[in-house]
Amino acid sequence: MATNVPFVRKQKPLPEQSGFPERGTSRATWWLYLLPGLILLTAVIIVPLLWNVYLSFTEYRGIRPPEFIGLENWIELAGDEDFWASFRNSIFMIIAMVLLPTTIGLLLAAILFDVVGKKFGGRTASFLRATYYLPQILPVAIAGIVIGWILRPKNGALNEILTGIGLGDLAHNWLGSPDTALLSIMVVLVWVQLGYPVVIFMAALQRVDPELYEAAELDGANWFERFRAITLGMIRPEIFVVTLTCTIAALKVFGPIFVLTRGGPGTSTLVPSYYAYSEFFQSQQVGYGATIATALTILIGIVAVLFIKAQNASERAERSIS
Amino acid sequence: MTGAISVRRRGGMNRPKWFDVLVLVLVIAGALAIAFPFILILINSFKSPADYNNSGPLALPTQLYFDGIIAFWERVNFPQKLWNSIWISGAVAILAVVISVLNAFAIGIGRVRGRTWVVVAFLLANLLPQEALLYPLYFMFKQVGLYNNPWAVVIIFTVIQSAFGTYLLSSVYGTFPKEILEAAALDGASRWTTLWRVIVPISRPTLSVLVIFFFIWTWNEFLIPLTFLVDNANQTVPVAISVLQGDRLMDVTTTSASALLGVIPTLVFFLIFQRTLTRGITAGAVK
Repeated sequence: MATNVPFVRKQKPLPEQSGFPERGTSRATWWLYLLPGLILLTAVIIVPLLWNVYLSFTEYRGIRPPEFIGLENWIELAGDEDFWASFRNSIFMIIAMVLLPTTIGLLLAAILFDVVGKKFGGRTASFLRATYYLPQILPVAIAGIVIGWILRPKNGALNEILTGIGLGDLAHNWLGSPDTALLSIMVVLVWVQLGYPVVIFMAALQRVDPELYEAAELDGANWFERFRAITLGMIRPEIFVVTLTCTIAALKVFGPIFVLTRGGPGTSTLVPSYYAYSEFFQSQQVGYGATIATALTILIGIVAVLFIKAQNASERAERSIS
Repeated sequence: MTGAISVRRRGGMNRPKWFDVLVLVLVIAGALAIAFPFILILINSFKSPADYNNSGPLALPTQLYFDGIIAFWERVNFPQKLWNSIWISGAVAILAVVISVLNAFAIGIGRVRGRTWVVVAFLLANLLPQEALLYPLYFMFKQVGLYNNPWAVVIIFTVIQSAFGTYLLSSVYGTFPKEILEAAALDGASRWTTLWRVIVPISRPTLSVLVIFFFIWTWNEFLIPLTFLVDNANQTVPVAISVLQGDRLMDVTTTSASALLGVIPTLVFFLIFQRTLTRGITAGAVK
């Protein structure tokens, strides 16, 4: 899942000359190696992407050819309650996939590295790290099914356990009621996502020079002060990578919604990607589905650009201080 | 200075205090909470529904009951789904790495003009929400007769995964030692031979991490396989298990067994690839 794409890596400026010792062959022939990749990219990504943008300006029900209707879909979208509900839910997805996992993961990574690793041995620390990482390896749809099984309304494990310890009154149709469905989805996502920042941040902490900590300790800084002043500063690049990749993953969430709630009850767990999917294949409103998908693409583009700008700005600020 | 510190380290500093023990207990409790759903699924997959109703989800099975697992195994024809997932993910992993290598060779070592834009185009492919490609792809593959054909999924993910591979490998090959390339040229090797005989063998560790990642990422994919593989016989493991959820014929422990069957393959990969994975997760991250 969000383990994808740590793409904010700094690209080193490459020297202009080809790294390859040329012997008369023209430099342009290098393009031959790019040919298969570029053809595939055009056919599978670029053409469908542009086509999808075009479809967002049409009325298209999948059978007769699309009919150009200008901005009608976009105007409808702007006034569509369900669409805005789906984006409100995206904010909760971001809380569950970015905010909570990153903050808890930061703390956990620091504890595992600093306290557990140093006082109880590296093996204990890496065993615990592996346990926290476990849900990350699941296909996210399967993760949804695992938690969905526990939350089953009739004889589900959670309700049975609650009844067993005398709290039967709390038993609930967790995924079927508007008041708890979104929360239940968020629990699944936090469970799935937590291991990712833990692993990335623990790897980052190994880069931090231990002498910095020792110096700070001699100066009388307590653990929390050291964490804030040294750790946070040193692993900022990783924090950026994790928040960016997870925010994009949160905006794209589909699997858990599909297997657990299909956006319901009502629109309480509707997200943009599921909304687009259901317009494409259930309501056969392809043009409108394409509009939702295009809006989502634009939003993701904006988020990515803002993140990368923020990262560059903070790196510049860093350099001007030191 | 360093001497003093290492003495301090050895003397007393490292012995856990009560506070450290408390922290450890909390972290272990958290880990148990993370593992708890797995444990629940594991113990309840081997119970009969009657046993489940009598003793609840927390008790160990009174006797091992395999009917739920067997019923679901046969119902979805699990070996078939497993094979579908394995060959689709395997084909994607190999093809995507080959394409990534070719692209990265031209970008990182050939340094073609306008390469920054080429890299940006590939990056875009990886960033896009798949929903934005879904309907046109569905339409196109239907036109060429590849709808409901696993090769459609193979082609799409070869492109999506190789987009990431191109991005990563281009910067790796951008720093490839020039001396080695010159030595190969002195020996009269062409570009093509140098690529396959020199560059690929040297970068094999990176390539094997990519193969594993592409395999697992493709295995875990859901939206596109769900849309493109409508026939049971073509479905992948996650899709086949998901579409049967909520089926009336599935009792409580059979459903648990279905989740278990979805979990097991990825657990196996995790155990096999664990060392490469933990190295690889951070391979692409900021140096």
